[in-house]
Amino acid sequence: VLVSVICSPPQNYPLYIRSVPTENELKFHYTVHTSLDVVDEKISAMGKALVDQRELYLGLLYPTEDYKVYGYVTNSKVKFVMVVDSSNTALRDNEIRSMFRKLHNSYTDIMCNPFYNPGDCIRSRAFDNMVNSMMMQVC
Amino acid sequence: ITEVCGAKRVGYFGPAQFYIALKLIAAAQSGFPVRIESIKNELPLPRFMALKNDGEVRYGTPAELHGVKFQVPHATLEKNSYKRTDEGDKQEPKSPPMSPICSPPASPSTYQRIPLSYGYGKSRSGLEQQHGAPYEVRRSTHQQDAPSSGNYGAKPAHCSTLNRSLSAEREQQDSSAHYSDDPWRITEEQRDYYINQFRSLQPDLNSFISGSMAKNFFTKSKLPIPELSHIWELSDVDCDGALTLPEFCAAFHLVVARKNGYQLPETLPETLLPEYLQAASLKPMRDCALFDSYSESLPGGQQTRDFSRTEKATTEEVPDNSALLQDAKKDDKQALKVSTALKTIPKEFQHLTVKTAAQESNALKARPRSRSYSSTSIEDAMKKGEEPPTPPPRPQKSHSRASSLDLNRVFQQNTQAVRSGWLPPPPPALPPRPPVSQTEQVAEVELHPQMNRPPSQAEENSSAKKEVVLAQPPSKPARRKLRTEAQGLETPELSPTINVTSSLPAVKPHLPVQKQSSKQKRAIQTAIRKNKEANAVLARLNSELQQQLKEVHKERIALETQLEQLRPVTVL
Repeated sequence: VLVSVICSPPQNYPLYIRSVPTENELKFHYTVHTSLDVVDEKISAMGKALVDQRELYLGLLYPTEDYKVYGYVTNSKVKFVMVVDSSNTALRDNEIRSMFRKLHNSYTDIMCNPFYNPGDCIRSRAFDNMVNSMMMQVC
Repeated sequence: ITEVCGAKRVGYFGPAQFYIALKLIAAAQSGFPVRIESIKNELPLPRFMALKNDGEVRYGTPAELHGVKFQVPHATLEKNSYKRTDEGDKQEPKSPPMSPICSPPASPSTYQRIPLSYGYGKSRSGLEQQHGAPYEVRRSTHQQDAPSSGNYGAKPAHCSTLNRSLSAEREQQDSSAHYSDDPWRITEEQRDYYINQFRSLQPDLNSFISGSMAKNFFTKSKLPIPELSHIWELSDVDCDGALTLPEFCAAFHLVVARKNGYQLPETLPETLLPEYLQAASLKPMRDCALFDSYSESLPGGQQTRDFSRTEKATTEEVPDNSALLQDAKKDDKQALKVSTALKTIPKEFQHLTVKTAAQESNALKARPRSRSYSSTSIEDAMKKGEEPPTPPPRPQKSHSRASSLDLNRVFQQNTQAVRSGWLPPPPPALPPRPPVSQTEQVAEVELHPQMNRPPSQAEENSSAKKEVVLAQPPSKPARRKLRTEAQGLETPELSPTINVTSSLPAVKPHLPVQKQSSKQKRAIQTAIRKNKEANAVLARLNSELQQQLKEVHKERIALETQLEQLRPVTVL
């Protein structure tokens, strides 16, 4: 079970949500929404910390009953949130990091597209493919 | 034949009937009886004398449809479409590409009778039917390509054997395979048109078109934004927010194709890859198998592409197909400037083949995406794409002094005039050697005393020295050069000359000192003479150059006055 969400500032509405499997999506949406608070908290905690690659990755936000939520924020305050099944113990931190990095790369590619207006929902086949392949890898 | 294929019964020649009829014709020409069963045999293409071109085209499709193991005919669309299917085969099966016509519709009963050993055949026939007009062969075969590749993905086993036989046959064929029907291949005229369009946006062909410029330009094509967004994704291979010339050509070509009704592919076709386009423009040599354009990973040339290509022998193109396509290509419904431009393009297709070049460049393409996120912003990302313009050419390194003379030239002239052994022109930075050298030279003079210095020589020396003094700026490096040369040579040959020219006053009192042998004396004298000549030449040069300078100054003044005179006229 894997859910990835990209949320953009300032209102933090999601630009992109993809979950595998697709049932119980609402629950995941709710989880993500609540985890956004934690993300904001972490960002503000960093304060004037130097913007660094490492600090973009927020790590395990908090483990809920069944899920682990990971966060990642870019320099432009775009938040990536990933919800993973707790039973999936094979997933290590490095893998999560790499997944976030891939997400960030693809997001940057989308940004480079002049036809994409920041703030639009992300509707890119390339992006979808990437996310799908990533999720298939995990599940 | 008409009866057998069912047209008589149905009352018209639908696509299915037509294909069956053609197959029957082929059978009849090969000597088989005209019966439905004979279609199942392997048949060469039927030969039509008059309608050669038309016939060729139409055969491609029925041959596929019937699923018979056909022999690849003399260069037709079929070949190209099989090339596409090859790609599909070698791919890992991916999600079926988007195709508007994927659902296999019901085939006419007569058609169904023919056993199809390949499942795709049905979908193809369905496509044909949907497309109706067989005249639009070009389009139909192409739109077949997209779904066929997907379907092929599902049946790799069958197709692999087919591919092998096809490739073997293709290699055997001496007639050409032309890619004219490949919608993703850019023709020369199209390329020229795209290049001109690029120039209109960006005069430097080696530079980029920024994202915003490209956006404005492509928005004029009135395609919906999501499609334009997808086209951009496909064509901006390095994802830098700007389009190089090959990327632009690919994007433009995709726009054109989309306008003409072709569906956009999921991934960038190989013929639209930047490396391919760049290499193609450099007259490449061989065909390449279009195997990897549908990898299921990121579109375009991104690093996850699978570049396991195999090469195929080239096949030449068939010129008569060009005529065919002109007949076949029907006008698009939308009357676009672009589409009309396409149609007016004469169909002359060349081999756009690349292989080794593309492969190498593709190997290089597997670069890890190295993005530093420490300073991300959209503007930065855009800026990275636009390299700064090449800096203006460095000013020529000449002498460092504020003198109008080009010492290099002076010395080059001198070397020819004076002696061949002179060193090359001195570097611009002049070390503060001359005064030191002078003292050293003085010391050397003491060591190697001058002998029998004729008074004339002294006079010459004085005059030479004066000239030297006058022309001091240019000749100081000469002095230094001579100095170094003297040091290098370690002979008194040069040093006396230096001593002569620069240390005249010091030399004079030491004249009477005589310790040198006669040989050295002679050597010194010759050296002195040579140096004097050199000095004279230098002095002359100097005066000439001064003269030139004056003239140039005069000219400049004249021009400036002219300008002043003209200026009030313009200001009205």
